[in-house]
Amino acid sequence: MKTRNRLLGPLALVMAGLLALAGCSSSGGKQAEEDAAGAGAGTADTPRLKVAMITHAVPGDTFWDILRKGAQAAAAKDNIELVYSANPDAGKQANLVQNAIDQNVDGIAVTLAKPDALTDVVRKAQDAGIPVVGFNSGLNEWKEAGLLGYFGQDETVAGEAFGRRLNEEGAKHVLCVIQEQGHVALEARCAGVKKAFQGKAEILYVNGADMPSVQSTIQAKLQQDAGIDYIATLGAPFALAAVQSASDAGSAAKIATFDTNKDLVQAIKDGDVQFAVDQQPYLQGYLAVDAIWLYQHNGNYMGGREEPVLTGPAFITKDNIDQIAEFAANGTR
Amino acid sequence: MTQVHPAPAPPTPRREHTQVSRKSWSKRFFGRPEVGSLMGAVAIFVMFYAIADPFRTPGAQSTVLYASSTIGIVTVGVCLLMIGGEFDLSAGVGVTTSALAASMFAFQLSLNVWVGVVFALLVSLGIGLFNGFVLTRTKLPSFLVTLATFLMLQGLNLAMTKLVTGNVATNSISDMDGFDSAKAIFASSVQIGSVSVKITVFWWLLFVAVATWVLLRTKVGNWIFAVGGKADSARAVGVPVNRTKIGLFMTVGFTAWFAGMHKLFAFNTVQSGEGVGQELIFIAAAVVGGCLLTGGYGSAIGAAIGAFIFGMTGQGIVFANWNPDWYMFFVGITLLVATLLNLWVRNRAARR
Repeated sequence: MKTRNRLLGPLALVMAGLLALAGCSSSGGKQAEEDAAGAGAGTADTPRLKVAMITHAVPGDTFWDILRKGAQAAAAKDNIELVYSANPDAGKQANLVQNAIDQNVDGIAVTLAKPDALTDVVRKAQDAGIPVVGFNSGLNEWKEAGLLGYFGQDETVAGEAFGRRLNEEGAKHVLCVIQEQGHVALEARCAGVKKAFQGKAEILYVNGADMPSVQSTIQAKLQQDAGIDYIATLGAPFALAAVQSASDAGSAAKIATFDTNKDLVQAIKDGDVQFAVDQQPYLQGYLAVDAIWLYQHNGNYMGGREEPVLTGPAFITKDNIDQIAEFAANGTR
Repeated sequence: MTQVHPAPAPPTPRREHTQVSRKSWSKRFFGRPEVGSLMGAVAIFVMFYAIADPFRTPGAQSTVLYASSTIGIVTVGVCLLMIGGEFDLSAGVGVTTSALAASMFAFQLSLNVWVGVVFALLVSLGIGLFNGFVLTRTKLPSFLVTLATFLMLQGLNLAMTKLVTGNVATNSISDMDGFDSAKAIFASSVQIGSVSVKITVFWWLLFVAVATWVLLRTKVGNWIFAVGGKADSARAVGVPVNRTKIGLFMTVGFTAWFAGMHKLFAFNTVQSGEGVGQELIFIAAAVVGGCLLTGGYGSAIGAAIGAFIFGMTGQGIVFANWNPDWYMFFVGITLLVATLLNLWVRNRAARR
């Protein structure tokens, strides 16, 4: 205890001093943001349902947070108790689905990031009479797995749309930055870009868990090849790092990205980032939950059980940024 | 400028107080912990210099040094701790914790960002204190204690951020008071001739110099070597073993804080999931630099060279434009070669 007491004294002093001297910030901060308000709506009077949403999200990713907010909004409206769980490991994700079956939920919404690992447990859920919908990942597998519907973006289609847009912008040499090597959806995006883009397209892998290394690796690539005139990133935070890389490397390369967040919206406004392709994660989460409600209460199938419901690619550019900025500030776009 | 070698200082062949007998100059030189890694660094440098045109430009060297410095700053603390016989798995997420703490504290209370910076320092030192206190109290291995801290921090980072901001990333603090001055300290660039060098490079070299001085010229330095070599004997001759270890954990906390502040002021916002996996890079850099996993042996300069090897390899592969599919493989093999070369040099020195 001796050590602790000796250290606690000065610590408390410093804290007290800090609070006393604390200079308040005259700009920014929470106070400047206090006016933000969430979208509220009425609640359905249907009997309460329990729905499990199980994703392969990595903890702490802004994208999945937005998706979850959409699911929560739908749950609140539809009088649904939403049980959200996630694990990036396919085996563990399958366990979570089994967990939901054991809880005897009224519906399951699941991402089929690694379909082979999940089809068995999905079948089990269906055998137990639980309706299952797919979203975000599994575009090619949802129908075969007998899901009620699918809500997401075709990553290859999105990549191709991105590539065509780059053609329109007059890009000659694009660098596609992948933040997680071997990730199927990310590789599909870059493959789509490569396919539709008429100039030269190259892939660069970066360590998405460490921003300074993302920045310096992109910077190194720009120094290695001065011909690069466009950088395509696959997530909003990486686009913002790329902006710094380009300015530090003295490169005139422009930046565009997949997916958005609050800061990225500002960057598009400021002209630092040219455009973003949005797969509308809020919509994916919302529709997946709503689809279960519609099925349970009216026997409806979104997409008619034949076609997936596409939520992207929606382009965000300087032209429509003002409208989106308002929602992005709430963390829902 | 092209020949710039980032080894902060030539290895000092003298170390009076632990040197028992008079040995030949070459034996003493090759017996230094950092010599093997220096050879590795030179070999890798020459290789990339030979095969990658863009690697030869001063701008590229600046990028390499920046990448090295963001690893190297924390490696200084991790290396000292390893010489002291312990290691810290929580350093990687600790960096993110610190950045989150500073950002959220300042933003939520609308304070000058410097208040957040000081708050984060207290948090980081507190984490080190916690690690050290639990370790010395329970006598559990540091692997277990810091693994628990690592997991707890990972959860705390996410849960606290979500609780406080409602999102999983912090709000941008770039428009708040004190941001510009803090950015100048933690994340600015210095123009040297035609090249702009990130300020973290200078901080890194300073920390390495201070750590080297402490290790080789002060009583505390002797304590660190003694505690890592044989803790019981050290205690018997009056070395405050527990206080030294707690201090070392807090030093890691300090370096994690510094790296966290750089991250925050370089990128304005922090994602709560970042930093996982970095702890191994720090430990690996220290080991490549000649710090023994078993403690009692190593040098801060060696750790700096280890971080440089990591930074140089990561960027060099990009400069050389090797097939990116093989990126991680190349990083791994370069490190293996560097470590083997290190081992070979040390064995040769021992046989001489």
